[in-house]
Amino acid sequence: MVESKNNLKAWLYLAPALILMAIFIFYPLFNTILIAFKEKYNYMTGEFTQFGFGNFAFIFRNQIFWRTVSNTFFIVFVSVPISIMLSLLIAVGLNSIKPLQKVFQTIFFLPYVTNTIAIGMVFAVMFNQSYGLINTIIGWLGLDNAINWVGYGAGWGRAMTVLLIYSVWEALPFKILIFLSGLQGIDKQYYQAAQIDSTPRVRVFTRITVPLLSPMIAYVAVTSFIGAFKEYTSVVALFGLDTSIRDKGIGTIVWFLYRSLSDPRVGEGSAGWAAAAALFLFVIILIFTFINLYISKKRVHY
Amino acid sequence: MEITLKKLTKIFSEKDAEVRAVDNLDITIPSGKLIGLLGPSGCGKSTTLYMIAGLLQPTEGEIFFGDEDVTKTPPEKRGIGLVFQNYALYPHMTVKQNILFPLENMKMPKDEALKKAQYYADLVGIGNLMGRKPKQLSGGQQQRVAIARALVKEPRVLLLDEPLSNLDARLRLQTREEIRRIQKETGITTIFVTHDQEEAMSISDNIVVMKLGLMQQTGQPQHVYDDPDNLFVAKFLGTPPINLFNGSIKDNQLYIGDEAILPFKAKDQDVTIGIRPEGFDVKKDGKLSIEVASIEHLGRDISIIAKHPNFDGHTLRGIVDADTEVPNSGVIKVNIRPNKCFVFNKETEERMK
Repeated sequence: MVESKNNLKAWLYLAPALILMAIFIFYPLFNTILIAFKEKYNYMTGEFTQFGFGNFAFIFRNQIFWRTVSNTFFIVFVSVPISIMLSLLIAVGLNSIKPLQKVFQTIFFLPYVTNTIAIGMVFAVMFNQSYGLINTIIGWLGLDNAINWVGYGAGWGRAMTVLLIYSVWEALPFKILIFLSGLQGIDKQYYQAAQIDSTPRVRVFTRITVPLLSPMIAYVAVTSFIGAFKEYTSVVALFGLDTSIRDKGIGTIVWFLYRSLSDPRVGEGSAGWAAAAALFLFVIILIFTFINLYISKKRVHY
Repeated sequence: MEITLKKLTKIFSEKDAEVRAVDNLDITIPSGKLIGLLGPSGCGKSTTLYMIAGLLQPTEGEIFFGDEDVTKTPPEKRGIGLVFQNYALYPHMTVKQNILFPLENMKMPKDEALKKAQYYADLVGIGNLMGRKPKQLSGGQQQRVAIARALVKEPRVLLLDEPLSNLDARLRLQTREEIRRIQKETGITTIFVTHDQEEAMSISDNIVVMKLGLMQQTGQPQHVYDDPDNLFVAKFLGTPPINLFNGSIKDNQLYIGDEAILPFKAKDQDVTIGIRPEGFDVKKDGKLSIEVASIEHLGRDISIIAKHPNFDGHTLRGIVDADTEVPNSGVIKVNIRPNKCFVFNKETEERMK
């Protein structure tokens, strides 16, 4: 009796969150899966010809889609490991300096509180062909400084270089913050014990700091892998318009998804292609997260 | 390895205050002995230990290992083994990896290192737990792992910071015997810090009693107990604690209240008299009258809880032989054993002899 009453109360308390989640998360999620299998789905009229794998067949035959998939994987497997290693080193460095620690912490955290689009545009300006800071510096070094980084005709290689630099840099602050708080939670006595046993610095880092920080590293790895798979804003911020992105072939899966949604071929079921791409991405993220968690289980020491 | 501390001083400066954690400490620790640094919390004993370890830099003074001045030597070059209060075992490594860790730093060949690790693990009695993680061990076992890790690199000096404070009462008793045995077997100069006087007295060759950064007295435990230099040392050593009385000296006689208990050559003055619990002899014609409050039979002996108007403390307790006849209440007469009775100056709290 008491229990069922409490149950009712519990559901009541949960209701606002559950209702909101149902409307904005569960229903869209479910619907996306459904749409992905509706062939020639017209989201204006709600008509579709049949359930099937037509949308998947379409995107899997699409050159641009595979380009975005390979771009996404490239970003994930280059930028995430680099940014994790860099932020770990910066965090360890920050943790070991006493003066100006707060100042540096603030500087490193600034990108996090700044708008992505704004920073992206700053990057775009920095890498501008004719008046960008980077080319100016290259000019000082006496090298050919007319490199087209982000403009039309820049090519995939240069554009990807800028995109990777940007995404690594953008990902640092949050990771540094997590690692720093993790480092500060490590008992100083481990380091004293290591010092007394004359442990070389590199070994202290690899045998003590990294293992003791491994829960944080696992958390950061999982979240940033997921984040990198969904990379989109940075592409738009750096390269701007659709035509510019297509010109360099630098789009990501999420970019493909948005592009399909705004495709004028509504009647042919462009929304279905987007849904199929979304589902594809979802499955990939799911698989990688499981792999991540599986590895962490073996390698993380709580 | 003989260790000499010369005028060792450590000052911690806080915002506007200076704390002299250790003040002009002069100690010589003989080679191969087990030394207990003893004192209440905040007396500077751990600070002293950490200065010997090199983890803290002394403000003034010098530290010698043998003839070698190690004051400026970093901890990793001092050749010490340190057991931390909470052991500081690396939680992600097994017992074996923990013990091997110092040897790997020394780049010792693998099989030699393994042999050594096993030897010391067996010595401290955890040889069968090599595959476990620290979390899967009891407090006492972790403690032993920490000692094995400290010993395995065969340091010149072994330092133990409150080694028994994290253990329960029974384990503590067992482990302190263990520490003694290990120290004897290895013959390594060992310094350990404790606030537990019983612990220090039971296993140390020598104890150093400290208070507020100052050394109070040093010597063999029994000697310090039998011949305390001042009131603090007398109070700090011994369980049950020493009984203190407000007394006086008149005509070369020691008085508690109106009763002269012992002859004592000194000029007339008020003094503090300390009598060890075992310093009472129940006699019909005894010189001091005390009122019995209750009696506790402890098997081997009897504990008399008593009252006296001049008693200055919590519980006046005397311990006498089990075959002594003591009434449950009423006033009894006792004699005081001269060697269990100490007289202290009221002002300076120094011992008067």
